[in-house]
Amino acid sequence: MAEAGETTVPAAAPARRQRSWLWRYGTYWALLILILFNIAVTPHFVSWQTVNVNLTQVATIVIVGVGMTLVIATGGIDLSVGSLMAISGALAPIIFLSAFGVAHPALGVALAFVVPVLVAGLFGLFNGWFITRFHVQPIVGTLVLFIAGRGIGQVMTNGNLQVFKNPGFQFIGMGRILGVPFQVLVMLALVALAALVLRRTLFGRQILAVGGNESAARLSGVPIDGVKRAVYAISGLCAGIAGLVVVAINSSSDANLVGLGMELDAIAAVAVGGTLLTGGHATVVGTMIGALIIQLVRYTLLANGVPDAAALVVKAAIIVGAVWLQRRNSRT
Amino acid sequence: MSGTGMTRGMSGGVDPLRQRAFKALAGQRVLIALLILIVFGAVRYDHFLGAYNILSFLRYNSMFALVALGMCFVIMSGGIDLSVGATAALASVLAALASPYGLVAGLAAGIAGGAVMGVLNGLIVTRLGILPFITTLAGMLAASGSALLFAGNQTVGVSYDTAFIQLGQGDLLGFPIPAWLALVAYVLGSVALNFTNFGRDVLAVGGNPEAARLMGLPVDRVTFFVYVLSGSLAGLAGVILAAQFGAGQPNEGVGWELFSIAAVVVGGTLLTGGLGSVGATLSGVLLLGLIFNILNFENGMGWISLSAYWQSVIRGAFLFLVVIAGSGFGRDLPRWASRNTPTPPETGGKS
Repeated sequence: MAEAGETTVPAAAPARRQRSWLWRYGTYWALLILILFNIAVTPHFVSWQTVNVNLTQVATIVIVGVGMTLVIATGGIDLSVGSLMAISGALAPIIFLSAFGVAHPALGVALAFVVPVLVAGLFGLFNGWFITRFHVQPIVGTLVLFIAGRGIGQVMTNGNLQVFKNPGFQFIGMGRILGVPFQVLVMLALVALAALVLRRTLFGRQILAVGGNESAARLSGVPIDGVKRAVYAISGLCAGIAGLVVVAINSSSDANLVGLGMELDAIAAVAVGGTLLTGGHATVVGTMIGALIIQLVRYTLLANGVPDAAALVVKAAIIVGAVWLQRRNSRT
Repeated sequence: MSGTGMTRGMSGGVDPLRQRAFKALAGQRVLIALLILIVFGAVRYDHFLGAYNILSFLRYNSMFALVALGMCFVIMSGGIDLSVGATAALASVLAALASPYGLVAGLAAGIAGGAVMGVLNGLIVTRLGILPFITTLAGMLAASGSALLFAGNQTVGVSYDTAFIQLGQGDLLGFPIPAWLALVAYVLGSVALNFTNFGRDVLAVGGNPEAARLMGLPVDRVTFFVYVLSGSLAGLAGVILAAQFGAGQPNEGVGWELFSIAAVVVGGTLLTGGLGSVGATLSGVLLLGLIFNILNFENGMGWISLSAYWQSVIRGAFLFLVVIAGSGFGRDLPRWASRNTPTPPETGGKS
């Protein structure tokens, strides 16, 4: 199962094969050790509620992280995801609270799902267009919407909190199927889909080729600009979905807060999960594991009485430690 | 000239005249945009050039100027520092805690706190070989957590019995003290970049670290030092923050890192390193600050009412335009420094 997460450009494969199996699955071992530690130490850890709480907490980070993994696999980065979440989160209530949405409740809710996600995807496409058309560095290119995007969300709502109660729409954040939160199912579906795309499709190969060696990919006929535009658009779509989940959970939308700091959480999950920030090697399943590790460490500390501020410092140490270990074992 | 012109590693004599002219123009472009904005404001609003507006504008923006100066050096060396905002918050808390012991104690505590963050970042980047983006992202979390721990999750009042608050609220020769501090820092930074070995080393390391290493330049030491510099300047900004608003604020500084990156980019410094200007960075900071200032005046006119939320939209749009204009001017510049293309040997030499 773990095998499915690892995807590498063929050229780099021989070096990686030499790694011992212990190192190769380091992130999975870390997660396992964390879980065993908690079973031994944390009171009431083994319960359905613990599983649900932790999975619910990571769902939005992982959903954003899926798009971020693909972007980073091409050697890029997307700083705008938090702001795009704010736009999508602001747009959905506007749609189903509008006169049209109230008159046609079913259609209003359907549009509230589709339109914000598409808008976020279009903003993502804008990122990709900007970066490829003007040869802008991804950090700078997505910085534009990082700054402007939240402003757009705030201007749309005039900075006001939108409070609502709409069970149909809020199913995405509060609903359960067979006891599993719906957002967790969305997360799992997206992870599976992205892992499949990355591993089994031409598009997935092209993503890794662009990140591995752009010049070589260009020479072998990979449509580099198209691939890049696509991954930024996908990242926007994922951020749009995550924005809907967040406002559905909160029963309210505050453009000042939705997705704040999400770009860094998602990047941290991607890095801890074992995706190289320089591109060319990516694992979507790893991103999910990385997010789970970060979340579980925080949960462990809080459940054992460590203040949240200290948990931040520990989180920093984990990010550095995890990336250092991966770096070390990728060299041997 | 050294203030606004671009400085590239080892430029002396090897660059054709056309490229030099371009570089000078690229530096001046930011200054020209800044001047246009100032003239626009002066013509349109009554008290825009009044002493009160100018001095409070400079007093407030000096914090961002200091952070952006450190960021400029880090970026010229080919790195990035995401921890500056949280470091400033940490320093503001430490300075507030030390303020009862006097001005010097507060100043030293803040700068030392920032320097420690810089040392940690620098050590992790050079010794563990972890990418600056990840390292300083972790540094940001660590600084933020430490700030909350030191402050006990609340703002820390500054002592008004000592001269400490002068660092934020005082004047010297009719000019705000924070603005003096920023001015001195920029003059020193400009001198260091243009006239010292350190400045040339920073650009050489940013232009092509492998070449710089082969030339025998102390790549790790230079890299380490730019992070210490950035941390210390963020620390100084934190001291000013505490002194100006009378409290150490563990939750302040969110987004400062990306704002200062934007200012550096608007100033025309390449994010890939190896090229940059201290003066243009200052212009970038003032330009982004002026957008907010002019928006306030525009609302004061009462003709249109733009909410404060428009400022980020306008800042983003402005960054967009600046980047497009920049890519049109120097289409060949980014390719030199792109990571898959070897740098021509003449840009990284030291003889």
